[in-house]
Amino acid sequence: MRRRELLTYTAAAALAGSIGLGAANAQDTVKIGVVGPKTGVLASGAAVTHFPSFKLWAHQVNERGGLKLKGGQRKIELIEYDDRSMPGEAIKAVERLASVDKVDYIMGVYATGFNLATAPIFAKYGYPQVTQAAVTDQMDTLTKRYPTLFFVQGSTTQFATSAIQVLKQLKDAGKIGNKVAAVNVADAFGIELANAGRPLFKQAGFELVYDKSYPLGTQDYGPVIKAAKAANPDAFVAWSYPPDTFGLAEQAKIENLPVKAYYSAVATAFPAFEKKYGKSAENILGAGGIQDSPAIRKFYADHKAVTGVDADYWGSPIYHAMTEILTQTFEAVGSMDRQAIIAHLKSHKFKTLIGEVDIRNQKLDKFWTVGQWQNGFFHAVAGVGFDKYAPIQLKTGW
Amino acid sequence: MDIIIIGLLLGGTYALMAMGLQLQYGVARIMNLANGEILVCGAFGAIWFFTASKLSPIYAVLFVVPLAFAANWAIYQWMMLPLVKRAKNQGQLEVDSILATFGLSFFVIGILLAVFGGEFLTYSYLAQPVRIFGEPYALNRIAAFIGSAVLCAGLYAWLHWTRAGLTMRAVSVNPGAAGLVSINVTRASALAFALGGAVTAAGGVLLSMFLTFDASLGVAFTLKALIIVIMGGVNDVRGAIIASFILGLTETAVATLVDPGLTLAAAYILFIVILLVRPEGLFGRRAS
Repeated sequence: MRRRELLTYTAAAALAGSIGLGAANAQDTVKIGVVGPKTGVLASGAAVTHFPSFKLWAHQVNERGGLKLKGGQRKIELIEYDDRSMPGEAIKAVERLASVDKVDYIMGVYATGFNLATAPIFAKYGYPQVTQAAVTDQMDTLTKRYPTLFFVQGSTTQFATSAIQVLKQLKDAGKIGNKVAAVNVADAFGIELANAGRPLFKQAGFELVYDKSYPLGTQDYGPVIKAAKAANPDAFVAWSYPPDTFGLAEQAKIENLPVKAYYSAVATAFPAFEKKYGKSAENILGAGGIQDSPAIRKFYADHKAVTGVDADYWGSPIYHAMTEILTQTFEAVGSMDRQAIIAHLKSHKFKTLIGEVDIRNQKLDKFWTVGQWQNGFFHAVAGVGFDKYAPIQLKTGW
Repeated sequence: MDIIIIGLLLGGTYALMAMGLQLQYGVARIMNLANGEILVCGAFGAIWFFTASKLSPIYAVLFVVPLAFAANWAIYQWMMLPLVKRAKNQGQLEVDSILATFGLSFFVIGILLAVFGGEFLTYSYLAQPVRIFGEPYALNRIAAFIGSAVLCAGLYAWLHWTRAGLTMRAVSVNPGAAGLVSINVTRASALAFALGGAVTAAGGVLLSMFLTFDASLGVAFTLKALIIVIMGGVNDVRGAIIASFILGLTETAVATLVDPGLTLAAAYILFIVILLVRPEGLFGRRAS
């Protein structure tokens, strides 16, 4: 009897001690929640832009000892969940991070629809939601409804407008004619861009000689490119997603599509695009872009060295700038007090990789919208809030 | 004219996706929902081979096919055979195999993610134009079509002019009766399943020349293969081949003459129409 009691008390003490020890250890790291698609249709984009960006941030901060908070330096611990490219799963994951794992901060999730779906959860638990991968025309409505929601990309209309503005610059300079062939993927972003683009093309004085959509997952772009080519366009615009961006470019190369300007929306900014097409990718336009500088080149080198993944030329630098904003905010506030963090985000400007940025009204004031492959680098040729862009060049064959 | 050529090239692509599933479902009676994942494995094998060795990715077939054959044989023996043994009728086997292979597909995706990561993998090979009747076509698609034609012809010849093929066809007609004429049904089914997997993986190698792949893309291929197999009739490999080409030609015709946005709608309308007119599929046999 006595031995059993002794055993029970010892076990209980050990258990209590381990919990105490666990809690003490937990205090030493800052827990950051990350939700994104590791599987499913969106996984390929997140694997380049989303997860590696946070890994790089955690690595660089921990290398120098951790976040400098009031109680001392604390290292970052990432807690990642796979939302399987399903908004329902993202909602569950964010809920779990907030209520079960009780993390100190939750990063914005991947893709516009997912950020919108999880916004109520972020708001309910009082976590600021700094989105990195959300492009929508609803920014004004949403930022009013959720005072702790921040957008750091432009709106759909801004991306469409910028692309068409780039073409207009070429047209006004007499370098291209006014005939445009436009195609779009029949999925949310593609349809929105196409709908935004149609009136803008007309306003800019362009004639849409071919205007069709194709389903997501089309395996053969032969008919689309042949028909577009037959319409004799001066410029080709594809409001496309990653698989079709690649497929269309391959077919355009085969057909030797004789346009002087070629734009495809999403994934043109992926290093894999330039790797695959080599000199055929030269002077192709796409969404995103970045201004060249030694700091930027170093960022790409670090990203590859730490994560093993080549960063893209659209989302990755923005993600990195956001993590810089967060580091500066956490250290300025001195703790992970969410109210103080939100107040700081809304009252300060920040020096980042992409320049001095301002998200005080919950919308980023400067971002690049159109990039062009020139000599193996996706230079920004258009944007919002910057004063210098690379010159726009004509496409001269495949 | 180019509708016909593009349609044939697309049909060849679809045949590569569907033939393997046709073997697995028609003979072994396993509705393999992990079929797309096997295709992606084949594609990844080719991509890895090409980026590592810079030799033609078609050589990857030399190691992808035996590996896929062995892996699928193992899957059949250890995962499917217990289901086959305890199934009281074909309906139950189908349900069991759907559930089991559904889970298998997640398992394979997890392995692919762990090994290759989640990003898009693609390479450029034979991406040059070839002029046929004055219009340019991609050389890699033509090569895939030739590969597909060789596979189709080879499979058909094997099934119809060899004894082993005769055994397969017997099992696909009536497994019970086949057992009565001293055919080892288990062995024939295992062979069909493994062969189906190998054919699908070979298809993946050929498709990797011009399609972009990532670990999660398998399900789209399974879906397409499923439609083609059901449309063609599950009992005869000719069905899958003919259905692939009909689908390819229809989609191309609709994309060129009507609207590229309607290709998916056209494919499914064709599917529905064929099933309404001939529920057992083009070459299927009505259950007596």
